[in-house]
Amino acid sequence: MTIDWSWIGDHTDDLTTLSVSHLQAALTAVFLGLLISLPLAVVAHRIRPLRGLLLGLSNVLFTIPSIAVFVLLLPVSGLTRTTTVIGLTIYTLVVLLRNTVEGLDSVPQKTKEAAKAMGTRPLRTLLTVELPLALPVIMAGVRIATVMSISLVSVATYIGDGGLGQLFTDGFQRNFPTPVIAGVVLTLLLALVADALLVALQYVLTPWTRKRGA
Amino acid sequence: MTLYRPGKGHLMIQFDAVHKRFPNGTTAVHDLSLEMPEGGVTVLVGSSGCGKTTTLRMVNRMVEPTSGTIRVGGKDVLAQDAAELRRSIGYVIQQAGLFPHRTVLDNISTVPLLLGWGRRRARARAAELLETVGLAADMGKRYPHQLSGGQQQRVGVARALAADPPVLLMDEPFGAVDPVVRTQLQDELLRLQKELSKTIVFVTHDIDEAVRLGDRIAIFRTGGHLVQYAPPAELLAHPADDFVTDFLGAERELKLLSLTPLKDVPQAPAATLPADEPVSGISRSDGRWRLVTSAAGGPLGWLDTDALPTSGTTGEAPLRPARALRDTDSLLSALNETIASPSGFVARVDADGTVTGVTAREEIHAHANAAHAAAGAAAARTAGPDSTAPVTATATPAERPA
Repeated sequence: MTIDWSWIGDHTDDLTTLSVSHLQAALTAVFLGLLISLPLAVVAHRIRPLRGLLLGLSNVLFTIPSIAVFVLLLPVSGLTRTTTVIGLTIYTLVVLLRNTVEGLDSVPQKTKEAAKAMGTRPLRTLLTVELPLALPVIMAGVRIATVMSISLVSVATYIGDGGLGQLFTDGFQRNFPTPVIAGVVLTLLLALVADALLVALQYVLTPWTRKRGA
Repeated sequence: MTLYRPGKGHLMIQFDAVHKRFPNGTTAVHDLSLEMPEGGVTVLVGSSGCGKTTTLRMVNRMVEPTSGTIRVGGKDVLAQDAAELRRSIGYVIQQAGLFPHRTVLDNISTVPLLLGWGRRRARARAAELLETVGLAADMGKRYPHQLSGGQQQRVGVARALAADPPVLLMDEPFGAVDPVVRTQLQDELLRLQKELSKTIVFVTHDIDEAVRLGDRIAIFRTGGHLVQYAPPAELLAHPADDFVTDFLGAERELKLLSLTPLKDVPQAPAATLPADEPVSGISRSDGRWRLVTSAAGGPLGWLDTDALPTSGTTGEAPLRPARALRDTDSLLSALNETIASPSGFVARVDADGTVTGVTAREEIHAHANAAHAAAGAAAARTAGPDSTAPVTATATPAERPA
């Protein structure tokens, strides 16, 4: 199995376009997943009986095979990027919802009490105390969801999307390994870079968790 | 039933027939009527589950009463917006309860920001308070986990004081720090209170802390019953029942002495020796033990004239330690020093630490005895003939020894 470097040289533009499209699909899904998870997690955190229901639901959604999700979505959104993103978003929920709920649970009761005793109203407490303190756990979820989504985008090749995944079908159909290898390497790189950026983002957002010379 | 009616000043906090029953059926506070005048420290004390913390938390509506009325500054707390009420009352939480994600300055700025002071003014106020509670300015940029327990507690106090509330609630604030730091924080609180004259409600399970800090002490018994409410001296001299007696512990009389300052105990002139006096010329006619003083007049120690070295000065001779006492020190400290002092005398100094005289052991014992009798008599006097139990107190708290 040899790599045809000249093919790679001839297709740098295509590889770049596919990478960008791949990343866009994954990141949009994580962003939407977060947007959906946050309010649901707050509900699950505050209203105990709904907690099991919501977390269970996100688990069930996760077990639906990806092809089935796309097939089910076809009548709604067709062979479009929208279908890809909706599918991926559904899968991010299992991690994002669980981690956000656990993040909110991890905020010390004492700290919430202090906020209340100082005269902070519930919404402000949520935004300025609970969510910031839940951030490390939420960010752990965001990292998993991001890496997971980047690796999952390829599945959308079935519906004509799939970013770098298109390289796999191309290589498979022509029995030509170079695009497959390039696709795998680029997916891996995207995941590594995205994860590193998220680590950096968390570092910037949570200055209190850093060790500093006292 | 009103247990305590202060002679002067306005009432700051009033409990009127307050009950608190929790949903699980336990009664935390039972028929509580209690009045706290403006200024001064009221300590709520009792074993765990006696309702003292619940009582405290009902003042700022962290807990709401099942029945009865609580007024702060004359206004029913239940008639006010809970969040606004809380902003107007300082609250120091157990183990500080600081926000781990906010710097010290931001922690202290919490209530001013909620009140809409603006960031600039809130920060300036926070920096000022940092100094008030005895923390260095560079602590302001740190996060709570970078501070010691005692420092965190000081920040907790600063945060409670930020908006200059008239009332301060303190829920076992010094429970989690070691005894040395605890004493420091208590001293600091007394110093602050002298400057600020807040109305403080302080919860503790430690009777020594209560006696040390309280202008008035309310003792609670399991089931949320208030057993006795009185100034510490009266409480110690005249406990209302066996429960209070037990709670005060075996050293009740000694605790009473800790509240009595030394200033009324007379002193005799001391035949002191300057530190540069040669030992060769010392006569033994002034007693075996002589107090050696520094050039500034401060006490250096006791010199045994029966065991003088052959040469040198008194300052170079072996001395036994003398812990000199000021007028503001307590009779208990003096009693302690009579045990430690080899001479049978305790050295007395003025505020600058210059020796002013000595007091004999017998004199201190006699005054200790008299102080005890006087406190007992005062308590008996205030318990009028129509009073069922000696729980009504009008005596002003004695001046507190340092």
